[in-house]
Amino acid sequence: MYAVRRWSVRNAGMLEWLYNKFFSLLMRLHPLFDRIGYSRLEAPMAAAERVIKGFMFDCRMCGQCALRSTGMSCPMNCPKSLRNGPCGGVRLDGGCEVIPTMRCVWVEAWDGAQRMDNGMVITLVQDPLDQRLSETSSWLRVTREGNMFADQESEGRD
Amino acid sequence: MNDVAQTRIGGGKLEATLRRGDFAVTAETSPPDSADPARVLERAGMLKGLADAVNVTDGAGARAHMSALACAAILARDGIEPVLQFTVRDRNRLALQGDLLGAAALGVPNILCLYGDDPSAGDQPDAKGVYDLDTRDLLSTARCMNQGAFPGGRAISPAPGLFIGAADAPRPLDENWKPDGILAKIDAGANFFQTQYCFDMDVLRRYMARLADEGITERVYYLIGIGPLVSAKSARWMNDKLFGVHVPESLIARLDGAEDQRAEGRAICAELLAELRDIDGVSGAHLMAPAGEASIARVIEDSGVLVARSPAV
Repeated sequence: MYAVRRWSVRNAGMLEWLYNKFFSLLMRLHPLFDRIGYSRLEAPMAAAERVIKGFMFDCRMCGQCALRSTGMSCPMNCPKSLRNGPCGGVRLDGGCEVIPTMRCVWVEAWDGAQRMDNGMVITLVQDPLDQRLSETSSWLRVTREGNMFADQESEGRD
Repeated sequence: MNDVAQTRIGGGKLEATLRRGDFAVTAETSPPDSADPARVLERAGMLKGLADAVNVTDGAGARAHMSALACAAILARDGIEPVLQFTVRDRNRLALQGDLLGAAALGVPNILCLYGDDPSAGDQPDAKGVYDLDTRDLLSTARCMNQGAFPGGRAISPAPGLFIGAADAPRPLDENWKPDGILAKIDAGANFFQTQYCFDMDVLRRYMARLADEGITERVYYLIGIGPLVSAKSARWMNDKLFGVHVPESLIARLDGAEDQRAEGRAICAELLAELRDIDGVSGAHLMAPAGEASIARVIEDSGVLVARSPAV
């Protein structure tokens, strides 16, 4: 919903804090997820993500969530799905070139990034989308990959 | 046969050969991983004077190579008539329409409309498949543009006059089979068909008889896909992995028993090529072999199929 999406950007700082808490919870749940099986969790988790992030951010389930790097403004709402900054068509009032009644998602993203502790990761370049991940759970993926990385780190120390 | 405007851009040798009723031979080349036009001609040049037209694959196996359109234009400039393969995987309708006109402008008279291997089958499986149109939409777009207008109605002058191809796969058919898929492609604009590999001539005879019963061979030209098998092992692999392809056991046994399997594969292919000429409803052959332009050239020469043709116009 557009109004909620804009609220999320205005409260990007609080959502960043919340996400960091949520992320460490997810990381701690890895052994449990592993026991249940990630593939078995995929459908329910993706469904939950679709509902929650759909409500909060108008999430499009690209499966590669960039909200933390885009000021809590989902770049998939850009009619050109631009994930690395705005196009040249942004209107003087901050409106989208294609949908003038909508604020440019990247104008919003910059605004949100200013409200976040680590908002300047917005300047990092995002890789092209992996289309295979579309409709999959981003939360499960970051949990699994985050733990894989942690495992490798600890193995490296031994 | 489908009407194609009489005075027009396009109108290639392949179409003329088929309209004369001569047995036509097309062959396939794959664009190189190179920016050098000489590399295109190195491979396809071997087919000059042998194949009526040379198909240029479009990102086969969902891998990037030199663009098929550029490759086809290089062939056309060198006097080798291309059949430009168009997949709906990589371009939306705007790009496809632009390239249809661009192809005709660059001297490409024939196109083959295909779906394309899915990106997941290639070496960049994370890529996006476009699929704005399906193959039937592409066929009807090409026909619409041949008739002088974009699908949106804006006029095109002169029209591209492309000879439009579609794909099919000869196979054993059961009683309840209906030719709806083929008829839909013909109704959408297909003038000719090039098929997947068919090594089983008995299956092919029954298939073509069935198409004749349905009146299909009266309406379009059929060029049957064959190729020089390189070994018994590769023939078995094709049976396992290539959908809709069946190499009969008798041919595999012949390859197995041969001292030089490649030579035997070429000999078999030349025999099949000669045999195709005498099958009712078959208008020609389409020879395919990955990086096998040289062996295709030898097969065409050895088969003698070009000898009996009316003198080239």
